[in-house]
Order: sequence, then structure tokens, then C-alpha cells
Amino acid sequence: MTGLEEAVRHHPLFRGLEPALVHAAVRGATEREAGAGELLAHEGSPADSLFLVLSGKVALQMDRPDGGALTVQTVGAGEVVGWSWLVPPHRWRFDVRAMKASRALVLDGGSLREALQGHPAAGFQFLLRFLPLLAERLENTRLQLMDLHAR
Amino acid sequence: MLADRSTRPPEPAELPSPLAPRPYRVGRVLRETSDTMTLTVRPASSAAIARPVPGQFNMLYAVGVGEAAISVSGVLEGQEIAHTVRRAGKVTEALAELTPGDALGVRGPYGHGWPLDLARGNDLVLVAGGLGLPPLRPVLEAVLSDRGAFGRVEVIYGARTPKDLVYYADLQDWRQRSDLRLQTTVDVAGGDWNGDVGVVTRRLPDARFEPDRTVAMLCGPEIMMRLTAQALVERQVPASRIFLSMERNMKCAIGLCGHCQFGPSFLCRDGPVLPFSRLAPFLSVKEV
Amino acid sequence: MDAGSEGSQVLRREEFPRLFSALEDAGYQVVGPTVRDGAIVYDRLHGVDDLPRGWTDRQGPGRYRLERRGDDALFGYNVGPFTWKKFLFPPRERLFTVQREGGSFTVVPEPVEAPLTAFLGVRACELAGLAVTDRVFQGGPVVDPGYAARRSRVLLVAVQCGQAGGNCFCASMRTGPSVSGGADLVLTEILGPGPHRFLVRAGSPRGAEVLSPLNLPPAPEEDERTVGELLDRTTRSMGREMDPTGLRDLLRETLQHPRWEEVARRCLSCTNCTLVCPTCFCSTHEEVPDLSEEKVERWRRWDSCFNLGFTELHGAPVRASGRSRYRQWLTHKLGTWHDQFGTSGCIGCGRCITWCPVGIDLTEEVAALRVPVAPAGPPGRTA
Repeated sequence: MTGLEEAVRHHPLFRGLEPALVHAAVRGATEREAGAGELLAHEGSPADSLFLVLSGKVALQMDRPDGGALTVQTVGAGEVVGWSWLVPPHRWRFDVRAMKASRALVLDGGSLREALQGHPAAGFQFLLRFLPLLAERLENTRLQLMDLHAR
Repeated sequence: MLADRSTRPPEPAELPSPLAPRPYRVGRVLRETSDTMTLTVRPASSAAIARPVPGQFNMLYAVGVGEAAISVSGVLEGQEIAHTVRRAGKVTEALAELTPGDALGVRGPYGHGWPLDLARGNDLVLVAGGLGLPPLRPVLEAVLSDRGAFGRVEVIYGARTPKDLVYYADLQDWRQRSDLRLQTTVDVAGGDWNGDVGVVTRRLPDARFEPDRTVAMLCGPEIMMRLTAQALVERQVPASRIFLSMERNMKCAIGLCGHCQFGPSFLCRDGPVLPFSRLAPFLSVKEV
Repeated sequence: MDAGSEGSQVLRREEFPRLFSALEDAGYQVVGPTVRDGAIVYDRLHGVDDLPRGWTDRQGPGRYRLERRGDDALFGYNVGPFTWKKFLFPPRERLFTVQREGGSFTVVPEPVEAPLTAFLGVRACELAGLAVTDRVFQGGPVVDPGYAARRSRVLLVAVQCGQAGGNCFCASMRTGPSVSGGADLVLTEILGPGPHRFLVRAGSPRGAEVLSPLNLPPAPEEDERTVGELLDRTTRSMGREMDPTGLRDLLRETLQHPRWEEVARRCLSCTNCTLVCPTCFCSTHEEVPDLSEEKVERWRRWDSCFNLGFTELHGAPVRASGRSRYRQWLTHKLGTWHDQFGTSGCIGCGRCITWCPVGIDLTEEVAALRVPVAPAGPPGRTA
């Protein structure tokens, strides 16, 4: 077992899941370091990665109509970025940019999908952990949309 | 002969009103954001109000316009008091137009403030949203002046955008201190913002405190306070030790006009600071 | 010293003007019931002839009508649209005047107008109402100086009800019909058998003091019995009833009850119920500058939790729906009032039922809230 696979097995998203699924999921996985300001993913480009952020902080950004960038969410150590690998057409819906020196495990989307399909029971367990992260992010986005501080 | 009867009380000559404002003057005006300023005020006569404790509020009176309930955001040297005012109606508009030396009226201080005594010896978690920071600043000042009496101090401050953060100088100062941890987060930011983006509850997992010896003080939009309090309860902080500063329409501030009721509480008199354990049944109901 | 223990005395109807004069001789201006604009209202009385002799009021939900009685009863009605609170807590009151001066200002206090006043014809439920407003305005940490000044100069002359109205439920609320305390004088009108007369007893030294120059004969035992029977009959003829047990908890637990939605479809948010209620105390402040802006008057006027602006916060009302405003009124009156003042805010006078233009009946609303609703299932989280 590689050190990388070991690290993934201990990540909250994968901890305790069937080892065969984890083994399949880390196929093609890499560890990536990014300096402050570095772009990790570009809106519209093929999304074939799930980032498990190990350290630092990354921003989810969108282009503003006036040309600047708009940060809608920041994600730090222990959190994850990317769900487009799961949902067709597998394209990034936002830019992912390191706000400071950051480190992340990058899992390959294709391998992940195969791993989930090949191990449906464990795959379902994984989705039960992954979906709440999406739900929470959706809920938070709604709160941000409410513009609570406006008045 | 009838006039001497002792069973009939004499008619008093005039009625000093508990609602009468005391004459004050504006000391300094500090622009915080595009629509928010901090005014310091000091008595214009010998009739000063009592010294406020953190979390209390005053009724500020723009002569000829009316009164607004504004929390105390600083107690300075002498009898000078700071209030941070956002333009949100005709009274606050008028207050925001005041310049140094201008007259205004003050009455107060009103309500129950933050439970600093309960916090002593415990970890302290302060969570502020938007203009929720001003009522909490006096807490931080009190804590920092007696830092040894408290455990860990975690401060989370959320605002709409980086431009809406108030107390820039204080934030700089607090950020550099090693004896407290400040996390700032905004709902949305441009590419030049290096801090966090997201709701304040997202910052809680990073806060370090021991739940069973923690006192939390929350001030901000009601939804934000409710979600934060729930998140703290999920982390095992007792609901009776999570305090929220509530806001409602206030007219008299002395429990006589009925406006500020929230369930059984008159927020002016029983609040504005109340424990989550007492507020929770009503916070989950709309339009209480 | 218990002046009430001296027992009752008899005042014959034709001698009633003597009581009136005794009050005036003791320095009291008399306010009480009089017929005006088709209703029995409370106003300054200048003599017995101002009383609503021979009139009664027929009441139902959203209904009030004066009718001729077949007799000459002076107090043969129940309650009208006015309450005594307006004399103690005026609908509009100047609190003080702010005078601009040398770049600052001074506050000029308001001169007191609190003449000695006798309230003639206070009902048992209304005495309970005054006890409630006493707690509100002078029982808390800050005393309302205007209310306290006026209240201290009031003599309460109660008249026990010889009949119950269509919307009365004081028996349910345990506030009437018999007067148990709080009055300086207590009267009961006896129309017969025998001559038209009143049984009078003093409830306080002040009351006894008014009564003593009249040298009235003591009441015979049969008259005391007659009064007892009269009050029993009144109790049995209450137009409404409301079970007051557990109301505080009931209203705390039914904040999400569908009945609120239902009543909101009828409620017009007209504020009538709060204006006629003897205990509603909400007020707002008005800043009234003169043209030169040298002087600014601060006025207080009655407000109502049914007004949209009542809860305005940062430009929007907190209680935007009619549902939430009716709920606030009823849960406060019958529920949280207990938390705040250790008593119910409702005295069972039925005015809010009578003067509601659509006849909303709080006793009916409470009964509906007592019907449990099927739970909607555990709160879920869906996208």
C-alpha cells in the first residue's frame, strides 16, 4: 500500500470503507502542492479530480461580469473540493485557486467513478458521506444569498 | 376641612419622566464603512448616565427626529461612550449626520449585558455577524484588560464583504495577538481578499475550546445566531451557556411600551442578552 | 383596620344624589357611565341624571345595541367600548418638551394634571383590569409617573353586576361578578322586591370617609341574601365561558397550530380589540417639533400589536403576517402575561368579542387551540 493510499484511508470521507474500494479509488491519485495564487482548476475545463485539501486554503471563484474574480467560498485543511467529477458533463463549475501555499491529494475522477460502480455497497456508503457535504455547501450558499448582513 | 384629609394623596407639581434624554455632545466621528460610523458622546452637563456594562444599550436621541436603541460599543476615558450607528432609518440617518460638538440626547444604559462573570475561568467563543461586532467589542476590551482570568478566546466575525468589516484598527490589533484567535469571514469577496469566504458557522470547526467549560456570546442576524447556537450545541456547549443579543423594535426601553416583546421577554429589560436555552423555543418559530 | 367589616348600608334610589354630592363634597370629580352615540361610555358626570337610567346593552360577537329596560335601573348594563384605563393612561399624552438652548437642549417636565377623581360604576372585572394595569405601570422596576400620579388620586366606586352580558365570562376568569377587593366603595343595585335601592359597603378608609356623612341605615340580612342570589344569577347567566387552566402552557405549545392561519383569514388587523381592552398597554412615541424647531414635544399614544409598524426593524416588520399579529395578541394576553406580570391579561369582560367587526371570539379561538392537531411528522431536510 502506498503512503498516498494510506493517507486516503484515514481521510474522514473514506475512513472504514471497504479497502478494495479505497484501493481502486486511489488509482492515478497524486499529491499536489500549489503556491499562493496558483490555479488548480479552471471553470469550464474537464473536471476529473476530487481534491482532499491537506493544508493551506483554496478559493472557489467565479468570473465577475466586469472581469474581476469573485470568491464565493474558501476551503481549508480537512475539507474537500470538487463534485463535477461525479456529475455529468464533468466540467468545473468554478475556478479553484490556492489563496496561500496549499497541499492536496488529488483523486482521479474516472477511477473514483469506477471504484464506486465496482463496489456498490461501499460506494453507497461513500455517497452517504459525500452528499451531506454538498447539502451543507448548498445550504451555506443559500444563507449567503439571503444577504443577512444587508440590513 | 376636607383638604386636610390624610387619606387623599397630594397632587405632585410635575412629573420628571424616566424617558427624558440627557443632553450629550458628539466627541469624535469615525467612518467605519460607507454607511456606518462610530460616534463617541460625552455629557453636556453634570447629568451623565451611569457607566454601561458590555452588552447594554442606550437610547440615542436626534433632537427633533426621534430616538433609536444603539448598543454601547466602547466605554472610554471619563464618561465618554462609543456607539456604532448604521444608516437604517430616519433617526440613524440623523445620528450619522452629526459632527463633533453637535448636541444629541442620551438615556440609558438599559438591559442586561453579557455574562462576563460567568465567562471568567472559561473558554470564550465570540461570534459576530455584521453590526453584531460593536456590542461585543467591549467584551473583548474587558477580557484583554484581564486576560489571565479567561481561558482560550476565539473570535469569529462575519460580514457581507471585506468592505463591510468595521473596527479595522482593532481587527489588525487582535489578529496580531497571540492570546486570542480571530477568524474573519465574508459572504462574498473579490479576488484580492485573502481571508475566508463563507458563513460564520463554517469557521466554528476551526475554533478551539473545551465545550464543557465554554461560554459563547453571539450577536448578529437572528438566523446566523440560531445556526451558530445550534452548531455550538452540537459541539456539546450547554444551551444555558450560549448567549445571544436579541434585537426588536424599541420605543421606551423601560418595559412599558410593549414593542420589544419576544415570547415572554421584554428584550429591553430582560435582554437584550439572553441564554439560548430560554430563546430556542421561540427562535424556531417564524415572526415571534 | 378593615373598613369593609362594618357591613353594608342601604341607600334608597331617591337618595342616590346624596352619594353623588358626598363624592363631590369630598373633592372628587365624578366620571362614570353615560349614554352617548348609541353606547354607554365613561365620561365626566355632573349629576345622577347623566347615568344611563333605564338602558341596557345587548351584546354578541361583533354586536352591541342599547335597549330600553322595563325599569329605571341606573346600572342595568354591563360594559361598553370605553375602559377606565383612558383616564389613567390617556390615549395621547405629552411626556415632556425639549427646548433647544445654546447649541444644546433642556427637557421641560410636564405639569401634572391629576385631579381627585371618583370612578363611579366600576365592574368587578374592571377592578381586576385596574389591578393588572397597576402591575404593568407601577409594579415593575420603572414606574410610569403619569399613571402613578393619576392612579393615586382615584377613588373606586364599584357596582356589582345584576346581570351578565352576552359576551361576559368573568366567572370563568374568576374576576367577577362579585367584588372581592380593590374598591373603595362597593354598591349593588336592588330593583326589587321592595323599593329600588342600593346596598353600599366601604372597602377602604377612603370609602368609609365618603360614606360616613350620609348616615345610612345598616342593611337588613334579607338584603344581603338578595344580593347573594343576584350575584348567583349573574354567574349562571354568563354569555361565554373559557377554561383558564393551563392557558400559559397551551399557548406556548401551540405557536404553530393551524388555527392561527384560520383566524387570520377573518381578522382585519383593525386594532379594535386592543383599543377596547382594559389591560392592553402598548404605546408608541411621537416627536412633534414646532415650526421654529426651537421646541419639540414628546407625545405618547396608544399603539397596537396589530399595526404593521409595531415591530418594524430595519425597515421591515418582524410580524408581517396577520397570523403572527393575532397570535402575538392572544398569546400575550392569555399566556406570556403570566410570565411577565404573574397574572392573566384577560379579565373576561368580552369587549374584544363585542367590538370585533367580524366577531372573532377569543373563547372560541382558545377552545380550537385546545384541539390537538395531528403531527406533521418529524421535521425533514430536503433540497
